[in-house]
Amino acid sequence: MINLSEGLETNRMILEENLDVRTITMGISLLDCAESSVDRTCRNIYAKITRLAKDIVKTGDDIGREFGVPIVNKRVSITPAAIVGASCCRRPRDFVKIARTLDRAAKKLGINFIGGYSAVVSKGMTPADELLIRSIPEAMASTERVCSSVNVGSTKTGIDMDAVRLMGEIVKETAERTKDRDSLGCAKLVVLCNAPDDNPFMAGAFHGVSEGDAVVNVGVSGPGVVNYVLRNTCRGVGFEELCETIKKTAFKITRVGQLVAQEASKRLGVPFGIIDLSLAPTPAVGDSVADILKEIGLEHPGAPGTTAALALLNDQVKKGGVMASSYVGGLSGAFIPVSEDQGMIDAVNAGALTIEKLEAMTCVCSVGLDMIAVPGSTSAATISGIIADEAAIGMVNQKTTAVRIIPVAGKRVGEKVEFGGLLGHAPVMRVSKFSCEKMIARRGRIPAPIHSFKN
Amino acid sequence: MWYNIRVMKKVIITVVGRDTVGILAKTCTYLARNNINILDISQTVVGGYFNMMMIVDGSKCRKGFDRVGAELAELGNGIGLRIRCQKSEIFEKMHRV
Repeated sequence: MINLSEGLETNRMILEENLDVRTITMGISLLDCAESSVDRTCRNIYAKITRLAKDIVKTGDDIGREFGVPIVNKRVSITPAAIVGASCCRRPRDFVKIARTLDRAAKKLGINFIGGYSAVVSKGMTPADELLIRSIPEAMASTERVCSSVNVGSTKTGIDMDAVRLMGEIVKETAERTKDRDSLGCAKLVVLCNAPDDNPFMAGAFHGVSEGDAVVNVGVSGPGVVNYVLRNTCRGVGFEELCETIKKTAFKITRVGQLVAQEASKRLGVPFGIIDLSLAPTPAVGDSVADILKEIGLEHPGAPGTTAALALLNDQVKKGGVMASSYVGGLSGAFIPVSEDQGMIDAVNAGALTIEKLEAMTCVCSVGLDMIAVPGSTSAATISGIIADEAAIGMVNQKTTAVRIIPVAGKRVGEKVEFGGLLGHAPVMRVSKFSCEKMIARRGRIPAPIHSFKN
Repeated sequence: MWYNIRVMKKVIITVVGRDTVGILAKTCTYLARNNINILDISQTVVGGYFNMMMIVDGSKCRKGFDRVGAELAELGNGIGLRIRCQKSEIFEKMHRV
């Protein structure tokens, strides 16, 4: 039987430490929607999404009310649109029609984001992949809720540097096309390496071709809970006790996610896929991964020791979480977005955190350089260089890495950018002024690393 | 009534706030009026703050889970307390392997 202190602890986590289930994401396969006409394909897509996910918002709200835990986002991810549209899209604007259809479906369902306007081009681009990528600026400018991602590399295939070069240009163009909204389009566009098929978190969520027809994936959160426990029980203790405490806390957080995922799966009549064990911060005070790093003993994230502290945190979250869930997947780890974490923003403003240090941090956590605003004058080649560096880290370390960078049109280093809501706000960060243009101009791909040959 | 049985079978009610006379009486009166049976109850007062947790069986209650939750929250607001009504699984899953 549950005792009083356990009952109060659960409610304190929810009410005071921002424990929530960050997202219930329904993955939907659209492979059976493809036809030879764009309009018919769009009709099929709209019909399938609005049929399968019609109750997702109500179900999420009902579960949240009954268990007394907020379920912040209800979302949908789809088969990479480049595959769905390959049989009918002949021009970038054909793909934009699909993006607008997805946006309409998201609005009809009442969900805030739909992910999967994506292409997986880790070894090479099909004509459809390239058309979709070239359509991204227009798609991001003319839709509100569609998220786009492009996977440019993997440990097994190496890195498609042609796609990396193209994505540098596409990120710049997307920033330009949405300059009236602080280049917001780039906040919904992520470039990945080793992208998982079952990620429930935006902007990188898509429903991979290895998945079934429909699936429910859940992303948990709770940096505030970890921070509270460390603040109250772990000041000055050794690493053994520190790690044990994080592990136990991660277990409790993940169990809530597992419960919600099973309930959602049962009520929606869709199989349960995975729990994504993530510490996902929000701009709210007290809901910060940076604050945990500070609690471990850093003055600011970015100080020497940050990478070690983050490695420790990330590993303990996984160790605690794996035991709590029957299936774990997605990105699973601590997120370190800059604009969505007040502690990270403070660290940048204090001069403690640079892009180079963030890059080092991405070697030991999920996912990558996330929600980083840079000057609008940053060249496409430099952005490609940053993407290539992150992809190389992912490729060599057999992990997911990503870049969600916003070259804010018209803004300079030190100026502020406001994205609003969960996307937060960010100071524009300094980028290396040295050129990588000649390297990015080379054609072809970087071969897969030696340790990928396991057969 | 199957809906009530499904969602009201084992529910945990927590009451937190500044201690005052009659908190238990008011909460229990409401539960009795609505045919909700108390299975277990524990409470403590620390530093003038009242903490209580009840495990109740609401399968014979004629009102739905949402309505009971809302009415209890309202009852709490009237006397400066936070009363929450949650299905027991969230506590069991979190604290038991």
